[in-house]
Amino acid sequence: MLIKYIITIFALFVIYRAGVRLKNKDISKGEYFLWIFFWLLVIIATLIPKNLDQIAQFVGVERGADLAVYLSIIVIFYLIFKILVRLEKNDREITTVVRKIALNNKEENNEKSSRRND
Amino acid sequence: MNIFIIIPAYNEEKMIESVVNEVKKFGRVVVVNDDSSDSTNEIAQEAGAAVLSHIVNRGQGAALQTGMNYALENNADVVIHFDADGQHCAQDIERLIEPILLDEVDVVLGSRFLCKITNYKIPFLRYLILKVGVVFTRFISGINVTDTHNGFRALSRKAAEKIQISQDRMAHASEILDEVVKNNLTYKEVAVQVKYTSYSKKKGQNSLNFINILKELITGKVLR
Repeated sequence: MLIKYIITIFALFVIYRAGVRLKNKDISKGEYFLWIFFWLLVIIATLIPKNLDQIAQFVGVERGADLAVYLSIIVIFYLIFKILVRLEKNDREITTVVRKIALNNKEENNEKSSRRND
Repeated sequence: MNIFIIIPAYNEEKMIESVVNEVKKFGRVVVVNDDSSDSTNEIAQEAGAAVLSHIVNRGQGAALQTGMNYALENNADVVIHFDADGQHCAQDIERLIEPILLDEVDVVLGSRFLCKITNYKIPFLRYLILKVGVVFTRFISGINVTDTHNGFRALSRKAAEKIQISQDRMAHASEILDEVVKNNLTYKEVAVQVKYTSYSKKKGQNSLNFINILKELITGKVLR
């Protein structure tokens, strides 16, 4: 199966890129290991699909690939939810900053004009 | 009695001067310029309003809250919310704040449906959606009002201190009603005129925007 090798090469590439990011301090050690762990699982699952089929049938799903897709979708939904929560928080924080700036600028303007009037 | 009139404004250079001029006899005018790209800022200042400027557009709800913070900092006793597009009548202000000045209620809500004057007709789709909004609000917020989306309101100092608008965009109107219930504030409705001109109809919300408002309300309740 060609796809086995394509996925494995891609996974190895991602692991390599993660190493670069770690060196550049773009990600933390914890994030790096989590990421590596995930992609190693992908390589194992791809190269030894029989394992995946066994696990799948154990939980009641026909094929390993099906199980992989179901799990991925669940994870993706969860991550999207987390992102939305973060976005909402960001939005509120931006409003707080914009509000502070507006009120501060007004105070400065008021002080400037009262100094001019003295 | 320090009376503050807060007017959130976004690109209202055509109407803001006349609105500020009509309203300023009733109290101190605070225009919150929500990052307008036109001359709203300059015109409002010229007309004699205190102008607060958001450096990026945050929405009418956010602008109102900014204005309220300013009013409270400056010892406001009564805070009035007033639209910048000329839909509201300054003449209604006295009737609107009377119950607060008489210490009868904490919050007075303007209602176009209590108003007997029908010089300016409500577009039918808007009428329908607002009426559905009343039922929906009655169910979700537990508050019984005839006009759930009217930007003309008066708040006592106590109410202004308690109410926090966290919905930056158009869902703030529903949120304010929620806050009234949550904080056990007393309220009443007063008839006010709402003028629908071709200008305000163009500038105003698309009636179908209620879908976005619903989304914002649900998001607000789920994601916070």
